[in-house]
Amino acid sequence: MLTAVAIAVDGLGFAAWLFLSSVGLTLIYGVMRILNIAHGGFYALGAYSAAWSIGLYMQTGSTVALTYLLIPAAAIAVGLIAGLLIERGVLRFMYGRDEVLMVLVTYALFLILEDVTKLIWGTESYVAYQPAYYLGTIDVYDIPYTVYKFLIIGVAVLCGLSLWLVLNHTRSGKLLLVVIEDREISSALGINVTLFFTVTFVIGATLGALGGAITAPEISVSPGIGAEVIVMAFAVIVIGGMGSIGGAMIGAIIVGLARAASVHIYPPAELFSIYLVMAAVLAIKPYGLFALAEGRKI
Amino acid sequence: MTHSLDRTEISLLIGLPVLIGLGFILPEWIVNYIQVSLGTGLVALGVMIQMRAGLVSFGQGLYFCIGGYAAGLAGKFAGISDLFVLLALGILASVSISFILGFLLRRYREIFYAMLSLAVSMILFGLLSSIEELGSTDGFNLPAATYLGWAPQDETAKHALYVATCIPTILCAFLLNRYLRSPMGYIGEAIRENELRVEYLGTSAHRAVHIKYVLAAAVSGIGGVLWALALGHVDPEMTNWTTSGQFVFVAILSGTGNIVAPLFGTFILEIVRVYAVELSPNTWQMILGTVMLLTIIFLPKGLWSLIKKSKSASKKGQKRSEIIAGGE
Repeated sequence: MLTAVAIAVDGLGFAAWLFLSSVGLTLIYGVMRILNIAHGGFYALGAYSAAWSIGLYMQTGSTVALTYLLIPAAAIAVGLIAGLLIERGVLRFMYGRDEVLMVLVTYALFLILEDVTKLIWGTESYVAYQPAYYLGTIDVYDIPYTVYKFLIIGVAVLCGLSLWLVLNHTRSGKLLLVVIEDREISSALGINVTLFFTVTFVIGATLGALGGAITAPEISVSPGIGAEVIVMAFAVIVIGGMGSIGGAMIGAIIVGLARAASVHIYPPAELFSIYLVMAAVLAIKPYGLFALAEGRKI
Repeated sequence: MTHSLDRTEISLLIGLPVLIGLGFILPEWIVNYIQVSLGTGLVALGVMIQMRAGLVSFGQGLYFCIGGYAAGLAGKFAGISDLFVLLALGILASVSISFILGFLLRRYREIFYAMLSLAVSMILFGLLSSIEELGSTDGFNLPAATYLGWAPQDETAKHALYVATCIPTILCAFLLNRYLRSPMGYIGEAIRENELRVEYLGTSAHRAVHIKYVLAAAVSGIGGVLWALALGHVDPEMTNWTTSGQFVFVAILSGTGNIVAPLFGTFILEIVRVYAVELSPNTWQMILGTVMLLTIIFLPKGLWSLIKKSKSASKKGQKRSEIIAGGE
């Protein structure tokens, strides 16, 4: 029983992190048909800028409460700067090219972002634990969990819900669905497709950075975190069906529970359980769980 | 047609004694880099022959690692150090695993192929990183190679291993060139152009992809064995996706035009890396990424197309990437 609860809570916490880190990836793929490896770079930039700014802020000795504003602020800053630079500076010249070629382009961008991170913040680790400890812990069946973990779960649910609401219940969201359906027709109808692409990419980048920024207080931010997270994010969105936000949520929960289960039952399996799940799902449903049911989606 | 030697094969045959000769003339550090890059070059070759069919493998490190670990495990647990046996084991391991996985992977194209190959290689990465008996993420060391009972020492050992690296590498390149010129090889290009038509013409695209996949795995496995023996060490990093990414990088950079290109490309990359890392360790990947971007944008057929261009006058109209054209 205890293990089951632990698996459930840990799994959900992990799933929330996975969802936040991968939803931007699936959004960008769904709209732009770009499988963005550079997403790992956004994650790392978000994590570094959050950890760094929290560190600077804490030196002033003020209250920890305000650091909770620094996290989204860092993510938005990264999303706006890096996202805009990459979309306007590189990607817009490549639209309409082959999907696989775009993977290679974003891989090149990922390599560049890795070093940009190193150039800005060096190679040492950053630790910004304060926000995670400030809220204290809560006992679930006698196992203490940080409240921060539940905060992340809340943020993940909020992000998923608001994306869904924006897409299905606002004018721009519905227009975006039209763009996804057919790029050419929508631009013929007078929809500014370029603008939609730019905005989508910036939002996707911001979400990736948010994934990193919100995790920063729980981990030691060091080089290489981008490379780690991107493969997990791939696993999540591939399981759910690429381009599907609901799919990313389900994928995150499956992967999260799988990893939590292996951590509690058989720790050595932790690292490969994720990819094992992914390979298993793909062997049965080649294009992910939600890809066929919805056709063109998001 | 397939029985006559083409230009590439003749250069390979001439290149082999030259390459071996260089090993005795050039300073030792360069020879080391040549040796190491021949190993990884074979893996880039594996990536390249898949690209011919429009398939980008983001997990070729899997077979690089399987080859290396097959040799390493045989050395560590069975005390086998004979190069020929190790090579055979490496091939056996990578061929049998790729044969099984091929049934899964041959159903996928485009990004799904890339993603799935990546996933499979990461399973091995996770697996090897968690096995403590195998040194987890640190890996373990290999014994020095022996040759049918002959165990050379010091200088002789280095030269012997170098020669023993050159011969299989050139042989692999030679055979792969034969393969690419064979009907089976050309089917790969046809699949890239239009898979449906290939099927209509009465050939199984799945089977052709499967064969390609196994062949690519076999050369990568050989590359893994040779690389592991050259370094005397294996670790799970061999199958991490970032390693596979570098193989893709080399294949993009050198292009799919010629079988020799990835071997040269790997060597150049290796040398550039050494200097770049020394001069400015934190911008090495940035240089790599920028070069890759520029190559994709301005030289979609890779650096090799620069050499080819002088012969066949540039075809301006083909701006779209040839490596992975098709689909759409």
